[in-house]
Amino acid sequence: MTLLKVENLSKSFGGLKAVSNLNMEISQGELIGLIGPNGAGKTTAFNLLTGVYEPSEGKIIFQDKNVAGLKPYQVTQKGMARTFQNIRLFADLTVIDNVKIAYHQNTTYSSFGAILRLPSYYRGEQEIEEKAMQLLKIFKLEDKAQEVAKNLPYGEQRRLEIARALATQPKLLLLDEPAAGMNPQETHDLMELIRWIRKEFELTILLIEHDMSLVMGVCERIYVLDYGTIIAHGTPAEIKSNPKVIEAYLGEEVV
Amino acid sequence: MSRWINSKNIFILIALLAIYGLVQGMTLTDTLPPFYRLNLILICIYIILATSLNLINGITGQFSIGHAGFMAIGAYISAIITVKLHGPLLLGLIAGAIVSAIAGFLIGLPTLRLKGDYLAIATLGLGEIVRIIFLNIEYVGGASGFSVPKTITWTWAFWLMVISVLVIRNFINSTHGRACISIRENEIAAEAMGINTTKYKVLAFTIGAFFAGLAGGIYANYMYIIQPMTFSFLKSFDILVMVVLGGLGSLTGSILGAIFMTTIGAVLASLSEWRLVITALLLVVMMLFRPTGLMGTKEFSLNFLKGKKG
Ligand SMILES: Nc1ncnc2c1ncn2[C@@H]1O[C@H](COP(=O)(O)OP(=O)(O)OP(=O)(O)O)[C@@H](O)[C@H]1O
Ligand SMILES: [Mg+2]
Repeated sequence: MTLLKVENLSKSFGGLKAVSNLNMEISQGELIGLIGPNGAGKTTAFNLLTGVYEPSEGKIIFQDKNVAGLKPYQVTQKGMARTFQNIRLFADLTVIDNVKIAYHQNTTYSSFGAILRLPSYYRGEQEIEEKAMQLLKIFKLEDKAQEVAKNLPYGEQRRLEIARALATQPKLLLLDEPAAGMNPQETHDLMELIRWIRKEFELTILLIEHDMSLVMGVCERIYVLDYGTIIAHGTPAEIKSNPKVIEAYLGEEVV
Repeated sequence: MSRWINSKNIFILIALLAIYGLVQGMTLTDTLPPFYRLNLILICIYIILATSLNLINGITGQFSIGHAGFMAIGAYISAIITVKLHGPLLLGLIAGAIVSAIAGFLIGLPTLRLKGDYLAIATLGLGEIVRIIFLNIEYVGGASGFSVPKTITWTWAFWLMVISVLVIRNFINSTHGRACISIRENEIAAEAMGINTTKYKVLAFTIGAFFAGLAGGIYANYMYIIQPMTFSFLKSFDILVMVVLGGLGSLTGSILGAIFMTTIGAVLASLSEWRLVITALLLVVMMLFRPTGLMGTKEFSLNFLKGKKG
């Protein structure tokens, strides 16, 4: 079943076509890679999908509805969550509060319930607390629940950002260079974790990665973006031997 | 209900009853000089103003400096109801707060799209516009002022203050308050977490305006006379100083800030021209040595009374 279908998606900044005529189709449960050289338009594509930018043209059909033009919070409420290339945690809040905030949209008690401290408030808060702790356990952050997010080591901040995105209970998870800045061991563990959460949470994952070898290892299909357009897509083996891809990555080591 | 009953809350309740009872006892036996009574009631009013401004500026991170405008709306509306329409005090106070909240909602909707300095300037301007509107309405006395009989007592002021702080605190310590805090921390991330940032900015602004209006109503029905000049940007500035000194984002900080600044104002009552100088100096010293304010975003906590784990 198709979860996400992107049709002719384009975005210009002044004269620069950051993304042009992007087409993509992702089925439920897939783990897809989106790769491309620096400045290819990968992050811009994520920003279009999640409503940070309004597309100049094109459609984004998510779960059979066009979500192009929706605000970011609406896209998230529809079931698409993301992480950021340049980590955007709530840096001065505790680890657990970062995750609790993401449960907001699935919390049912009202402002009045909170102000009057109705039973619904206590029930809701307890539920959030428990779910948040469970999630932190999965990401091996439960011992750091009360620490301020900005004090975590870099790799843990990246993990926390993924945990936080999962707390919004998405169908589709977009990860923008989740392994950036991690050492090889951390990267390996992270990829294992990504594979595991996909199964556990029945997720579909679209992952931007700069490092080709890494994407080749985990993704079932790969889209290659260069100068804003898809120049190739297929299985890792197909991508590896595609001359256009080799050219785009000229000078860089392809696997 | 049983969740309310713990040693921390019992301690707070006893402390509140003690403060209330002490002042009330001294009022009834006429042993409290009027000047002290005035300032104690002013402290209650300023606590409501500072904590409600903190909800907007400190918790939600939207820099508003027009709080006196909302105070003016609450003051005039409540006075119209109690004086012109001979309505009961409580009705006047509630109506003043509600009208102020509606104004906050209507003003917040367009202005909260603005960021930082621009929002500050817009709210400052709107606060002044409110004042000038009242200045030009003869029905409420124009520049010469509006006489209002004194019906607010220590009991009213104190318990309305307690309720206001409790409501704001309960709001902040909930998923809705966390949504506001997330906007302050990182608006883009907040949106990405499914939080309707516009809605929560406007909500915080509306609740803030509601309580500023309530404080204005208490003020009007205590001070015998209200004049538009009372609600100038200097008043907004006073409230802002309380919030900044106490710590943006800390309710207990705002309470301390309100108590401290009102006390300074009282001590320097005879040297009123020096008050601004001293306020400015205090701010400078604070910014140099403790830029986050007295409490930062932390709260003064009695959690240790609850036992080991808060
Ligand atoms: N807000 C913006 N305004 C103007 N130009 C932009 C904006 N955002 C991105 N661009 C430009 O669009 C192009 C694509 O940028 P994008 O960040 O999407 O690349 P990327 O593939 O994510 O690169 P990287 O691997 O470095 O993260 C770049 O030339 C960039 O300078
Ligand atoms: Mg990028």
